[in-house]
Amino acid sequence: MRCGVVVFPGSNCDHDVYHVLKHVLDQEVSFLWHDEETLKGAELVVLPGGFAYGDYLRAGAMAALSPVMAAVKRHAEAGGLVLGICNGFQVLLEAKLLPGAMRRNQGLRFLCQDVYLKTERNDLPFTRDLAVGQVLRLPIAHAEGNYEDSAEHLDALEAARQVVFRYVQPDGSPAIGGEGDEWNPNGAARAIAGIVNAGGNVLGLMPHPERCAEEILGNTDGLKIFQSSVQFGAKVAMSGYGGRR
Amino acid sequence: MRARVTVYPRREILDPQGKAIENALRRVGFPGVQSVRAGKSFDIRLGTDDPQAAEGELRAMCEKLLANTVVEDFQVELLNGDEP
Repeated sequence: MRCGVVVFPGSNCDHDVYHVLKHVLDQEVSFLWHDEETLKGAELVVLPGGFAYGDYLRAGAMAALSPVMAAVKRHAEAGGLVLGICNGFQVLLEAKLLPGAMRRNQGLRFLCQDVYLKTERNDLPFTRDLAVGQVLRLPIAHAEGNYEDSAEHLDALEAARQVVFRYVQPDGSPAIGGEGDEWNPNGAARAIAGIVNAGGNVLGLMPHPERCAEEILGNTDGLKIFQSSVQFGAKVAMSGYGGRR
Repeated sequence: MRARVTVYPRREILDPQGKAIENALRRVGFPGVQSVRAGKSFDIRLGTDDPQAAEGELRAMCEKLLANTVVEDFQVELLNGDEP
């Protein structure tokens, strides 16, 4: 599968994502600089973590307006796969490719720790290799992961099954909620860690699957997300739907 | 023409930063503080002298970049004089 990893000034997980796709999963990968106007034929576009444009103004706000994002929007509208991780998720929110917004973490700290996520759907290109209810352990590293939207919009998001990953306890039971909750440490509304658009082709999540995708790192829970996406692409290519851009 | 744009977290949304500042102010001897909301302010100079056009443009700036209207409200204020 042809994959593209977007590089904004200030991205810092771009090489990790490139490494997983290229060297662990043996895919064709290119970097896409923020001022490029095409995606070089990428079928899967990943917006990596980091601090795009220094996160000035708001995390992801400037990046959402960069030239490459116009191409990413066209790709998303045509049904192409887009995966936003951490800062990449924030960029997708600011670009309005996904609903809602991020606030500062409750407790105002930058959080760097493992969290547990419950998989709510496995009928998506990104989650096909996971089971519904499967608990993943992934690391987070962010200051603004406190997902928020109006109660009405959150209800609509849940009704449309757009919540894909939720922060939970290690055994899969719900996070406790409120300040000091170690399982949903950023305080995200309804413990939301990852959401998908209505079309099911744009996924954003705060934790970093690329940081736990190899045995040598002591955890491979993140690999399944990349594997699913890539296998989905291979299947689409075989059925003749590939390369529609 | 000069203008000041202020952006604040929406009332109904918890403002963790404002809350922390509020607690800190009480702790350092201002028990009368009832609430604090932390926002941002932008001083902007525009080439136009037409207040209506300026206001329209500033609102568009807020919608497009300066504020995230999912969680923030904004206010636009036109200022007199040419000082920065």
